[in-house]
Amino acid sequence: MDATITLIVNGTEKTVVTDPERSLLDVLREDLHITGPKYGCGEGRCGACTVLMDGKRTFSCSTPVSMANKKKITTIEGLAEGNSLHRLQQAFLDEGAIQCGYCTPGMILAAAALLNENPHPSDEQIVEWMNGNICRCNGYTKILKAIRRAAAQIAEVKIP
Amino acid sequence: MIKDTNTIEILQPERFDCAEESSGQVKINRRTFMQLLGTGLLITVTEGVSLGQGRSGGGRGIAVAARVHLNSDGTITVMTGKVEEGQGSRAELTQAAAEELRVDVDKIRLVMSDSDLTPDDGRTAGSRTTPSTVPAVRRGAATARELLTRLAETRWDAATGTLDVHDGTITNKKNGQKLTYADLAKSKDVTVLFKNSVSSDVALTPVEQWETMGTSVPRPNIRDIVIGAHRYPSDIVRPNMLYGKILRPPSYGATLESIDLSKAEAMKDVVVVHDGQFVGFAAPSSFRASQALEAVAGTASWKTAPHPSSKEIFAYLKEHARTGDRSRPRTKGSIDEALAKADKVLSETYKVAYIQHTPMEPRAAVAEWNDGKLTVWAGVDGPHQVKGDLVRALGVASDRIRVIVPDMGGGFGGKHSGEAAEEAARLAKAAGRPVSVRWTRAEEFTWAYFRPAAVIECKGGLDDKGSLTAWDFTSINPGGSAIDTPYYIANTSILSAGSDSPMRQGAYRCLGATANNFARESFMDELAAAADTDPLAFRLAHLENQRIRTVLEAAAKHFDWPSRRKKVTPETGVGLACGTEKNSVVAACVEVGIDRKRGEIKVHHVVEAFECGPIQNPANLTSQVQGCIVMGIGGALREEMEFENGKILNASFSRYLVPRFRDVPKIDVHLINKTDIPSAGGGETPIIAIAPAIGNAVFAATGIRLRAMPMQRALREQL
Repeated sequence: MDATITLIVNGTEKTVVTDPERSLLDVLREDLHITGPKYGCGEGRCGACTVLMDGKRTFSCSTPVSMANKKKITTIEGLAEGNSLHRLQQAFLDEGAIQCGYCTPGMILAAAALLNENPHPSDEQIVEWMNGNICRCNGYTKILKAIRRAAAQIAEVKIP
Repeated sequence: MIKDTNTIEILQPERFDCAEESSGQVKINRRTFMQLLGTGLLITVTEGVSLGQGRSGGGRGIAVAARVHLNSDGTITVMTGKVEEGQGSRAELTQAAAEELRVDVDKIRLVMSDSDLTPDDGRTAGSRTTPSTVPAVRRGAATARELLTRLAETRWDAATGTLDVHDGTITNKKNGQKLTYADLAKSKDVTVLFKNSVSSDVALTPVEQWETMGTSVPRPNIRDIVIGAHRYPSDIVRPNMLYGKILRPPSYGATLESIDLSKAEAMKDVVVVHDGQFVGFAAPSSFRASQALEAVAGTASWKTAPHPSSKEIFAYLKEHARTGDRSRPRTKGSIDEALAKADKVLSETYKVAYIQHTPMEPRAAVAEWNDGKLTVWAGVDGPHQVKGDLVRALGVASDRIRVIVPDMGGGFGGKHSGEAAEEAARLAKAAGRPVSVRWTRAEEFTWAYFRPAAVIECKGGLDDKGSLTAWDFTSINPGGSAIDTPYYIANTSILSAGSDSPMRQGAYRCLGATANNFARESFMDELAAAADTDPLAFRLAHLENQRIRTVLEAAAKHFDWPSRRKKVTPETGVGLACGTEKNSVVAACVEVGIDRKRGEIKVHHVVEAFECGPIQNPANLTSQVQGCIVMGIGGALREEMEFENGKILNASFSRYLVPRFRDVPKIDVHLINKTDIPSAGGGETPIIAIAPAIGNAVFAATGIRLRAMPMQRALREQL
């Protein structure tokens, strides 16, 4: 049976009538055409699908959409404020921490959740936290530099 | 009349600044071949002008118009059939065009990989973009600049060599007359001039005068990526689009005998296609398509076929090797005599497992039919090549198929084939609507082709002075990349032998070079130990290739090899390796830690020196080398496909362990800018030194020689 589900995506309320067992990722991508969150593994093991749900890091591929009902969902499309990039986005640009870029939205959102919880993480804490996200171009070295750069700049991170 | 028009739609809006794009469609007279590249960007080439379609390897003989188009806003559209998949071709080719056109990179609009719009520059493979396509684009751009300069000379009646071209402006140095590319954009003279072929001998800017090439230009669309605006192949959405799922066999070699599709056919909004072995489903959501698939999968009757398991694969490959009378080695001197005379003879066999590329974006394609013409957006390495595949598979004429490759989510040599494109095309045809097919991770692990497994047999002879006098190298199945030894040895026998691979295999980053270099550089280490010589000194004593010597010495120096080798303990080892492939050279020194209780190898530190001629983009090259090192650690330590009875046992990221943040060592990359030779590609060769360097470091610490990749398993078996 289809259910009516309300998602507050990047500040905008969206209502979908759909099978509640579908993944949040599929509903975002196929129903709302928000394609920033990517499919990578379908089992929450690579982080490409990462979104923030009420500010918390969430693997949208393995989250039934019913669990997201009435929640605030932030995707990469909603991280910048107008033309002003989030510091993590800017740090990824500044460090050139992108090869194919397919993992980038998930990397940036995972890091945003980290800095939200822990604005001044140690290197070890960054590595432990980010270990759930895979980059198959293996551009980890520059991604770490970008997160360190952003962390060094951020006194306090506000998640929209 | 519709029959007399060709309609070319703008299909890649995110690539261009075309906010004012109107209907998105134009109708064009059929007698003229026209290319629409965005608002105001209309290329008109009269019929009969070669656009390089169907050619490969750099588009020789193509019209300038097929490569370069001036826009009235001062930008320049440049076209290439190459694909951007993370390796940096978009930045590099943009730089190449900007350099020769004498403009800033932000003036270049690079259109990539569209079989209707771009020349066929060959597959994006084999590190060929740098040595082949960059010069092709530079020749196109330089020819355009020369033609425009000549046009200005004629208009101003100026003598040859009196004009200066800078920043998109041609200036008469004598009297200050100026003409910009934007001024010329609408000129009929240019339309005529650009019908000329790209000159094959036009002078290119020498390295020492490079202004844009050689600098760290970022990927031009990098901002789109960090804001989630770039559309990867799996992100393409077309109006009224459905999502597809395909019925897969339960095991390799299984064939479908019968299936009852009635339950799926009864489902609302579901399109079912059954054509021979192809059974697919299209529905308004991928969830619904999966439900349709699951509703009938159990009714399928399959005829299975025997298939060897990963446990017996090396014996299988050896047994089926085309050696002996079936292929002959390349020889120098007399290997048999040299081995008979040798003071010491070593003989060992190395093994390398099948692995998967696992790009972050699995295979994906959207197919759309309009009036019998098929347009496909697909994540593949070669739009023109996959178009050819579709012509054969679907029986559709070549001029009725267009393949577009949006910048895609990784490939590493694994996306030469266009399976998802064909599947989407079949479903879309039946549905009468566009269909998106996106492979799952399990499908990508199982049905994409693999990097070949390898069995490599090495025999070496040392004389009484510890010099290497005999080298017998038989490499079964991985292919001939980097099979030749770069060391001076008087008597050699070298054979690359095919086998009967039970797994579908194909290209991978540097392909067989990783396996061949792993065996060679590990065996060199064994020979050095047998000769009781330092591995660095042993290699240098046999190395004539000055380029390899340079990187090897650089890596050793930056690593502080002599003193760190003295500090080796049973828990901490150091090792090194070098190699050459695709006209570039690499050397790596590594430090590893051994956890004997857990049987784990942890790479602490890697120093890698790399040289591929004049560096075209230092930041991008650094990314490529760093990426190769960490990707190489994956194959060296843990990655391997496990299979049994034709089924993959570890088709997921939870069971097939790729490198993660925790696995990343301290990495020092040293790039050597050698400017007196042509540039070679740099995205592959940096992967070949890491595995043997790790194995050699484990040996230094433990005395255990690991002769199989992945080495973590090999270590556990020997501890």
